[in-house]
Amino acid sequence: MSKKQKKLLYRIIISLVLFIGAFILGKCADINGYIMIVIYLVPYFIAGYDVLTGCFKNILKGNFFDEQFLMSVATVGALIIGEYPESVFVMVFYQTGELFQSIAVGKSRKSISALMELCPDEAVVLRNGEEETVFSEEVEIGETVIVRPGEKIPVDGRITEGESSLDMKALTGESVPFDVYKGLEVKAGSINLTGIIKVEASKEFSDSTAAKILELVENSTLNKAKTEKFLTRFSRYYTPAVVIGAVLLAVIPSIITGDWKTWVYRALIFLVVSCPCALVISVPMSFFGGIGAASKKGILVKGANYLEALGKAGVFVFDKTGTLTTGEFSVSEILPEKGVSSDELLYLAASAEYYSVHPIAKGILKAAAEIRIPDSVTEFSGFGVKAEIEGKTVLAGNRRFLEKNNVSVPGKIPDGTGVYVSADGKYAGFIRLSDTAKENAAEALHELAELGVKKSIMLTGDNEYQARDTAEKLGITQYEAGLLPDEKAEYVKKLCAGKNKGETVVFVGDGINDAPVLSLSDTGIAMGGVGSDAAIEAADVVIMDDNIGKCALAVKIAKKTRRIVLQNVIFALGIKFAVLIFAGLGMTNMWIGVFADVGVAVLAILNAMRAMRIK
Amino acid sequence: MKKTFRVEDVDCPNCAAKLEKAIADIDGVKRASISFIAGKMIIEADEADMNGIIAKIPSVAKKALPECTVII
Repeated sequence: MSKKQKKLLYRIIISLVLFIGAFILGKCADINGYIMIVIYLVPYFIAGYDVLTGCFKNILKGNFFDEQFLMSVATVGALIIGEYPESVFVMVFYQTGELFQSIAVGKSRKSISALMELCPDEAVVLRNGEEETVFSEEVEIGETVIVRPGEKIPVDGRITEGESSLDMKALTGESVPFDVYKGLEVKAGSINLTGIIKVEASKEFSDSTAAKILELVENSTLNKAKTEKFLTRFSRYYTPAVVIGAVLLAVIPSIITGDWKTWVYRALIFLVVSCPCALVISVPMSFFGGIGAASKKGILVKGANYLEALGKAGVFVFDKTGTLTTGEFSVSEILPEKGVSSDELLYLAASAEYYSVHPIAKGILKAAAEIRIPDSVTEFSGFGVKAEIEGKTVLAGNRRFLEKNNVSVPGKIPDGTGVYVSADGKYAGFIRLSDTAKENAAEALHELAELGVKKSIMLTGDNEYQARDTAEKLGITQYEAGLLPDEKAEYVKKLCAGKNKGETVVFVGDGINDAPVLSLSDTGIAMGGVGSDAAIEAADVVIMDDNIGKCALAVKIAKKTRRIVLQNVIFALGIKFAVLIFAGLGMTNMWIGVFADVGVAVLAILNAMRAMRIK
Repeated sequence: MKKTFRVEDVDCPNCAAKLEKAIADIDGVKRASISFIAGKMIIEADEADMNGIIAKIPSVAKKALPECTVII
């Protein structure tokens, strides 16, 4: 607790004790009414002096309708009509609510710093051959920092000496340690687990990924959710409306019946519940909690508005390569010509492609059991390679390449991505390769459907065959193949225009070449955000590693957060209106009124804090 | 351009809304958003107007919400 909070706590305790004493005294002993007023006024002023002075200052400035004004009028009014215990109780209880609220806000504020204890304050730098401990901010680019086991890497950089394994949980949410060695790039915020490493700083602390993440999460509450904006607007009308209601209730029935005390008392209950703070405060707190819970899992949400939109996801659009698939090719079918064995065909193709860095070549090389380093290779860009292997001239490439070299390829053309192979001018066969789907992609799609996402669509620049293959493997019914980047953007734009009301379109991509699509969709999710500043910049939600399963997790967190927000709105509004109605009918009293008001605030805030713990 | 400031002692959304409105009413401010949870304020304005706006912030903030402090 801060000093200010402690002071308020002591004031509340002292005034509460004095109040209870006064209450008992009033019931048991026969004390003169005027003396009783004085006895009650002591705890009243101890608890509420700042409310009264604050109210007075605001009135001088022409500011009515604020919390302090309403509480002052309600309690002073109660004193005037002789309801002393009520008046003191309302003030003490109101202050208790304020204290609780302030502690809760402080707690969620701290939760980001605890959650994001990514960046160590200090770094050990090698300067002039000596180790020097400095603030992380003071490490300059090119300097070497020493990180011992158990310590955090202070800045982004490259390992120049040593090897170790790193825990990157704080960055990616992934708990499996990551092995690193000389020459590898490492990120600030990773915990060094096993060996001493020396890291050459490649970025300043403020530009490191960890510092960016921290800033992003801290600023996320500046992008407010629609619900929050609505409630802020609502409260602008709610308070004056209730106050006007209170004035009417105090005056009109009193004139008719002549019974001023009863109606003024009822009107004062109105004032007690006229402050909407509890309701309004719990909404951003819930979203903040949800954003915090997501970032613990390596999912960064840039604003409450995006978390809200994600909770309403109706359509998920995925980019194929790198998102649903790993981007690596593997051999899916081998079609050797008669007289050639599968192994032989693979051997020829792999040997010919030995030096190629194309992903397709890599896939073939991985599948081959035996490879021979070719005697000579000539590459024909856009066509294929010509290689001399054990005296044979081997061609590996597309159909046109073989035909140009006078090799006749049989009529039935297997479609899709692959390599045609010939040996010494004779067709040897075809090897088909396909994109490898990510292990958990099908499961993630299934989970999304269970969470209420109605449609999953796959977009790709690849050919129809490739797209159909992946779609079938993953159980996706709707896909579009052969799209250029701007056609993808056009497609998503159309989807957004034609979507159902209350639903949102989410696009998931790798964030590198699909930035325009990310920004066109209602919520753009970029995968594999660690290390890509472009992705962090363009997307609304960044998944730090490339685990597609986190899309479903993000939606789950978003939905739960929305549910908590909705519970709070309905609960708080419901109770307030109930109290207003009962107060108007004379079926409640000030005790219950303030109990309902502060109680609702406390419960709503506690409920909001639940969002932080969504798993 | 956007500029972020730290704000202290803004503890409730109503107070934040009040301050937000006052800051947004300063000439040249395109958007102002305050998060009482993060204790931050973001102001969007043309670069040319920014210094003039920053100069006005303390007095405007003090008037709208006496208890708060904007750290510039």
